[in-house]
Amino acid sequence: MKHRTFFWFILPTLSAMVLFIALPIVSVAIQSLFVENEQVLVVSESCGPFGCKETTTIDAEATARLQEEQPLGRFNGLDTYVNRSHLAFAEVGEAWRSTDTLGEFWGQVSNLPFYRALFFTLTYTAVVTPVVIVLGLAIAVGVNNLPKLLKGPSIFISLLPFLVTPLVGALILFWMVDSDGIIGATIQRIFDDPSLSLKASTALTWTMLIVYGVWHTLPFSFITFYAGLQTVPEDTMEAAKIDGASKWQRMIHVVVPHLAPLMSFVTLMLLMDNFRVFEPIVSFKAEAHATSLSWIIYNDLRESGNPLYGSAGATSMMTIVGVVILLTPVLIRTWRNFNRKAH
Amino acid sequence: MLLKRLAAASVVSGLMCSSAFAADCGPEGQSIRILASDFPAIRAVVDQARANCGGAAAEFTANHTTEARQVMNAALTPNPAEYTSVILANATLTQVMNDGLVRPLNDLVDKYDIPQHLLITVDGDVMAVAFMANSQHLFSRQDILQQAGVDSIPATYEEVLAAAEKIRAAGIMEYPLVMNLQTGWNLAEVFNMLYLGHDGEFFEPGTAEPAVSSEEGIATLETMKALVEYAHPDHLTHASNETQGLWESGQAALAVMWGSRGSPILDDDGASEAVTSNTILSAAPTVGGGSTPAATLWWDGISIAANVPDADAEATFAALTSALTAEMVAENNDDAVWMIDGFEPGPAAAGVAATIRGGARPYPMIPQIALLHAALGSELTDFLKGNESAEKALADVETAYRTSAKEAGFLN
Repeated sequence: MKHRTFFWFILPTLSAMVLFIALPIVSVAIQSLFVENEQVLVVSESCGPFGCKETTTIDAEATARLQEEQPLGRFNGLDTYVNRSHLAFAEVGEAWRSTDTLGEFWGQVSNLPFYRALFFTLTYTAVVTPVVIVLGLAIAVGVNNLPKLLKGPSIFISLLPFLVTPLVGALILFWMVDSDGIIGATIQRIFDDPSLSLKASTALTWTMLIVYGVWHTLPFSFITFYAGLQTVPEDTMEAAKIDGASKWQRMIHVVVPHLAPLMSFVTLMLLMDNFRVFEPIVSFKAEAHATSLSWIIYNDLRESGNPLYGSAGATSMMTIVGVVILLTPVLIRTWRNFNRKAH
Repeated sequence: MLLKRLAAASVVSGLMCSSAFAADCGPEGQSIRILASDFPAIRAVVDQARANCGGAAAEFTANHTTEARQVMNAALTPNPAEYTSVILANATLTQVMNDGLVRPLNDLVDKYDIPQHLLITVDGDVMAVAFMANSQHLFSRQDILQQAGVDSIPATYEEVLAAAEKIRAAGIMEYPLVMNLQTGWNLAEVFNMLYLGHDGEFFEPGTAEPAVSSEEGIATLETMKALVEYAHPDHLTHASNETQGLWESGQAALAVMWGSRGSPILDDDGASEAVTSNTILSAAPTVGGGSTPAATLWWDGISIAANVPDADAEATFAALTSALTAEMVAENNDDAVWMIDGFEPGPAAAGVAATIRGGARPYPMIPQIALLHAALGSELTDFLKGNESAEKALADVETAYRTSAKEAGFLN
């Protein structure tokens, strides 16, 4: 295709991407470098039906004047990135100096909100991604080998978790694992421990979130691999059969290499999605035991009344950096494969 | 003071004749646009305002949403603002006042003759007209307490703990207590009420410097730790809907819940007769030898946007205040603890009324309180899970607060 033609083809998509993805990211990056102007406090008296009380209020006029002078707020450089809510360099350094063992050090670092969230986010990504790929492939192969009559219904059933809205799916599971719910009560009965609660233990909450994550994203990898399986060349399979390859050997040496590009694609998508894990934490009310980077952004924007745009912006930028770091190995691999094929 | 008015209420309502009442709707042909939370009581006020003055206005719209708090600042910022009025509460009034988005109502209050006891005044300016009250208080199951050998309704948290222990010892319930302890806003609110019960101060007076790392703070956390021993194991995921559900299913004998849950619990929907007939609503308990109930008092009230034409503002104010009548209250008596003349406190209001009578303190209207509230909500969980000491938890709260207060411009 001529470069000129290509340019006109890509222009609508490109402009939409610049407008709705690139520019907002630039705006977020800029906002993350600023903090709010000083709030001018004055002592005043507030009265209501429950009596009067000395309190402070914001001097709206003085604060508005400051706002007019510096509409973006005060420039803060990268300070927001390194404060206690984020990378917490000072606190981490202090923990490093004041602790003797790695365990103690980790104990102090995991008390910091960003590292706590990062730890869960990475664990979630590291567990859910491979499990979903392996299970997805297994189910795809299984369904592919079913008699024709059963294929349709099994595909439909396997896709169901994907059709459920994440928030709703998580909420349903949350009710089921309640100590009065069907799963929670059954587990209590199996272990004969009436006080066993999935929601009260950190380890069980993590397990629950990861199981939910696998359940919810499995259909995506299943359906992609199932589509890929339809393109496995019959000749190669037959040749392998004649050479005496077992079912398992054909799977490992023919099917999996054939699906490799698809696997890179699925891995990319899963890494990106899992690193941004968010809905299950809210639906499962898991904040006490697990937080994620996306949850921190949500919390900064919601919980403080007047949103903390700087903090939320900084966490957003670091999430983007995190996604890029995670994707780099997969992207390099894909690039190499692409070049090999091109030559 | 409020209670005296409540007592005088029935007399007033008897004197007023509903059909003869014609609302003064202020300037005609204006636009009235209301943003409000989604409570039956608030709907009642807004619907009454629509009935009174919807005809005189060119436009009357109301948006009832549970997300009101999240959108109100953004909605009031443009000129003209998206809404002419926001129905808000203590905490949200501070939130919009921080950005100077609501107007003083001094002239309007005089012109429309609003009773003094409804006015929320900040620094001499009337900023809101309150109409209903809410607070946390104690819910007890009389039958279970008696069965466990507890003769009186607990009046202090120490008695609550003793009663819970007796219920557990008698083998009736392993976890007799439910409280709204969900990590985040709810957990922090439990800290707030117990901290006020211990007579604690949130900030160094006149500044934004936090002061929760104090003796009272530690005592508060110790009380919380003692309470969660008897609380349902899932307490860190419990907010109002969950605690109400546990209560209605008869799985709890003692609860600290919002007064606004009194009426839904006592009605015949959701709970068995054995639960409703034995549920007693009483004042929030005192704590640590304190004399005032450990609770935060809340009001809901009317505010008027700053960035709207004066005529719209007046029409909105007139319409909404025209709804604050004894008739409206009489029709919706059990939906809220009304502060309006004509209210007859029923059993569902007993807890809030007793808490107010006990002199509980209001939720503080301090500009930076939301930041401290958020810090408490996220940093206290580790302590309740037993992972860190009370001192460390409070130190974490203060550093977390300082970090966000610096970003918000309250501290340098």
